[in-house]
Amino acid sequence: MGLLVEVCVLVVISIALRWSVSQNTYSGQSKPPMYGDYEAQRHWMEITLNLPVSDWYRNTTNNDLQYWGLDYPPLTAYHSKICGYIAQYINPDWVRLYKSRGYESYYHKLFMRYTVLVADFLIFLPAAVLFYLAQDQLDDKSMLFGLMVILLYPGLILIDYGHFQYNGISLGLAVLAVACLGSELQMIGAALFTLALNYKQMELYHAMPFFTFLLGKCFKAGPFKGLFELIKIGITVIITFLLCWSPFLTSVESAKQVLTRLFPFNRGLYEDKVASFWCSLSVLIKLKNILSQENLVLLCLSTTLLCLLPSSLHLLYKPTITNFKYALVNSSLVFFLFSFQVHEKSILIPAISVCMLANREPLTSIWFLSISTFSMLPLLVKDGLIIPYIGLSVMFLIACVYISQPFNNQKPDSLSTLKKINVSYSLLFLPFFIPSKQLGNTLIISLADTTHDNRETEWKNPKV
Amino acid sequence: MAAIYVVAAAVTCFKLLLIPSYRSTDFEVHRNWLAVTHSLPISQWYTDKTSEWTLDYPPLFAWMEFFLSQIAKHFDPEMLRVTNLNYASDATILFQRLTVIVTDFMYLFAAKKFCDVCVKKTKGKESVSSNIYQNPSLIMAVLLMANFGLLIVDHIHFQYNGVLMGIFILSIVCIYQNQFLQSALWFSILLNMKHIYLYVAPVYFVYLLRCYCYNPNKQGSKFSISSFSLLRLIYLGMIVLTVFGISFGPFIYMGQLSQVLSRLFPFKRGLCHAYWAPNFWALYNIADKAASIIGTKLKVLSSVAVEEASMTGGLVQEFSHTVLPSIKPIYTVILTLLAMLPALIHLFLNPQKGGQGFVRCLVLCGFASFLFGWHVHEKAILIIIIPLTLLILEKREDGRLYLFLSTIGFYSLFPLLFTQFETPIKIVLLILHCLYSFSSLSNIYRSASTMLPVVSWYESLYLLGIIPLEIYNSFIHHVLKLNISLPFIPLLLTSVYCSIGVLYAWLRFYSTTLKSSTHKTKTS
Repeated sequence: MGLLVEVCVLVVISIALRWSVSQNTYSGQSKPPMYGDYEAQRHWMEITLNLPVSDWYRNTTNNDLQYWGLDYPPLTAYHSKICGYIAQYINPDWVRLYKSRGYESYYHKLFMRYTVLVADFLIFLPAAVLFYLAQDQLDDKSMLFGLMVILLYPGLILIDYGHFQYNGISLGLAVLAVACLGSELQMIGAALFTLALNYKQMELYHAMPFFTFLLGKCFKAGPFKGLFELIKIGITVIITFLLCWSPFLTSVESAKQVLTRLFPFNRGLYEDKVASFWCSLSVLIKLKNILSQENLVLLCLSTTLLCLLPSSLHLLYKPTITNFKYALVNSSLVFFLFSFQVHEKSILIPAISVCMLANREPLTSIWFLSISTFSMLPLLVKDGLIIPYIGLSVMFLIACVYISQPFNNQKPDSLSTLKKINVSYSLLFLPFFIPSKQLGNTLIISLADTTHDNRETEWKNPKV
Repeated sequence: MAAIYVVAAAVTCFKLLLIPSYRSTDFEVHRNWLAVTHSLPISQWYTDKTSEWTLDYPPLFAWMEFFLSQIAKHFDPEMLRVTNLNYASDATILFQRLTVIVTDFMYLFAAKKFCDVCVKKTKGKESVSSNIYQNPSLIMAVLLMANFGLLIVDHIHFQYNGVLMGIFILSIVCIYQNQFLQSALWFSILLNMKHIYLYVAPVYFVYLLRCYCYNPNKQGSKFSISSFSLLRLIYLGMIVLTVFGISFGPFIYMGQLSQVLSRLFPFKRGLCHAYWAPNFWALYNIADKAASIIGTKLKVLSSVAVEEASMTGGLVQEFSHTVLPSIKPIYTVILTLLAMLPALIHLFLNPQKGGQGFVRCLVLCGFASFLFGWHVHEKAILIIIIPLTLLILEKREDGRLYLFLSTIGFYSLFPLLFTQFETPIKIVLLILHCLYSFSSLSNIYRSASTMLPVVSWYESLYLLGIIPLEIYNSFIHHVLKLNISLPFIPLLLTSVYCSIGVLYAWLRFYSTTLKSSTHKTKTS
């Protein structure tokens, strides 16, 4: 009974934090002509509501792809359509074709923020709670700590409720999938992950561990049973894909159209300032000038695959749920650091993976999560979210470090040295943060993330 | 790192998140006062009429605004121009919100001091000492520091109750520690910052008279009139007069005393505030209205007479009652004094050891002023709830009453935040308060499980009745499109529903207090 109340309190606190951030400005507020992600989401409601499905990903007279064309997989489009119906019921001006471009009002903002809250309430919050409740081997304190970390993680709150996005849906589905795999519900887990993937293609960062874990499990189950399992999972995945993509599979053209929108390779190696390896490297070596576009893509692909190999092979041979969680972290970080066209918001995917490991590596997780939020600071400053950032990050740091104190006593000494290094590293940032020149900021952020991430990959001790 | 600091830091961080929320006209009030105290000479502070929000707090508060304005000019000097009415640039909002957060540190300090000094420490287990659901002093700290009412009123609606409550609690802590002169000092400062605390001044008067001026060394033992110490009375008087002198001195010198007093005590306003505070008069109004409707239907009254009396309809107006006698300010004063009298007499005859008797009397005087006062704001419920919070760990009865009153009292603050963006926040924060307070107090007072822990079944039913009431107020009323034709219905319902609860709590608390004396041993 006491545990249930404490879980409820944590959930209610997380809702309070989420909604109070909602009061702030969203990305692109009052900034014509293009505005920002908020306008993009509103525009997708307009498009999916008013146009036929075949036109959603195509450049037509009614659908100008240059103005926030759809670039997420079909589930996002369906979700936008549902929201569009509700919007039209409340106030048709919000989603009128063409005329509603750049629409901004108090009630519209209220509506949009409510859609994020409802989505989180239905998907992310239950996923987080179920994930930790399903871990029977944890004692109450560790469970509450892990739950606190994932529910209070500032980066997700600031991006979803400040900048404005719906990451909670895809991340929540992924978390739920991991929870299912941990409870031996392989098929449901695979289906959920496929849904997550079909909501945001960034979930590909997690695809390798899911694949190798399930494959490894099938191998372990013996030749016949394993093959049967493999076929079951394969069919589940294929059917889920077919269900999501069915309107777009009428011709090869339409499927290809969607794929080009999802994976635009004609953009640059990285966008804005993002803490990936290539961005940091660009300070010293301008790769764009050395290699052609195709070769750049090849370079990214090969480094990514190379760095993925160790953890994937390890997981294939020892498919335990703990190794799986570490592999999730590794895989998403490798993709974040080395792949092509990475957005700074993509750090959320490694971050959520780390949240799922929080009770095993309390201080390191807290440190990484704080750094990941910090790495998005240029974006947050641009959105006018600096005060919520300070409030949430300080609260997160103090509360989580305090609650994690009982666990740290049992950890080996090397972690305390790690802690000292981390603390001094964090202090190093402060003088660079305030008089930030673009370059200095990028360099420090990306260097910090890179070195920290590399240390994370070494730390993936196979604890069975 | 002590848990209490973590709580304080977390609450402060949360306050940062509330910066862009809805601000009431009180925001402009304080901006105006910053401007007036900064830009005008002292002689014009209480005479300036540029803005309709004239200075109506005592001089020490004006001095506080003056000091704040010295920092304000570094944020945005434009806010300090008196003619800049309703000026609200981003820097202004940030500055003013930050001043509330920073002045709240006084409150956090006072709360910590109370938890350290006045709450019995738990002996033993390490695991309990940092558990905010079980450690009594941590529970007290959380309920004080993360007080729903203060968050809503100070950090959203916008006021400076935090710093005032901090000074109030400090003076109470001094009473607990038998430091009478210091307590008088703090309270005098408080009175000169917000004169609403005059309502609880009789308690200080009676208690200091009884425990400091009489019988200085043998508190609670046989009372003898001959032990009156004139010297001590003079000390007390000197402190009080010095503070008042510093505060009002300049204005007396300038001959503006009557002007200041007329600003401080405007009796031209109506019996009830715009949003009826859930007090006795709200029920009185309803009874009158109901009687007049029934009377008209039964043809006992002429409808002409009924039309002459108009309801407030949400605005501050004078109005007269039709069936029941009309209420003049003097009646409210008499009733309030009558309501306070038994409590004061009881305190004089039975001052208990420590400060509990004193705090009980404070709560009762707060109740009396809230229930029977003239033009009471619903924010005044905080003057009852916060001292009551200081009592919850001593007796089960008090814990039970706190749970009941805090829930219904905080719910009565809902009409203050009527904007749509604030609806989820106020609901979520109230749910959080209820979850936390009920579960932590049920750890202290093991209870037979009724519907809600610690409180009785009828109290539980009443509290659960808030849920359908709120659903009606926030959703059904709008869905039925009644918000255009009868906009005051939700306010009316909230006010009346809460009045019943507040009255019940008052009567219950009165009976508990009068039954307690120094001879009875405290039970939990």
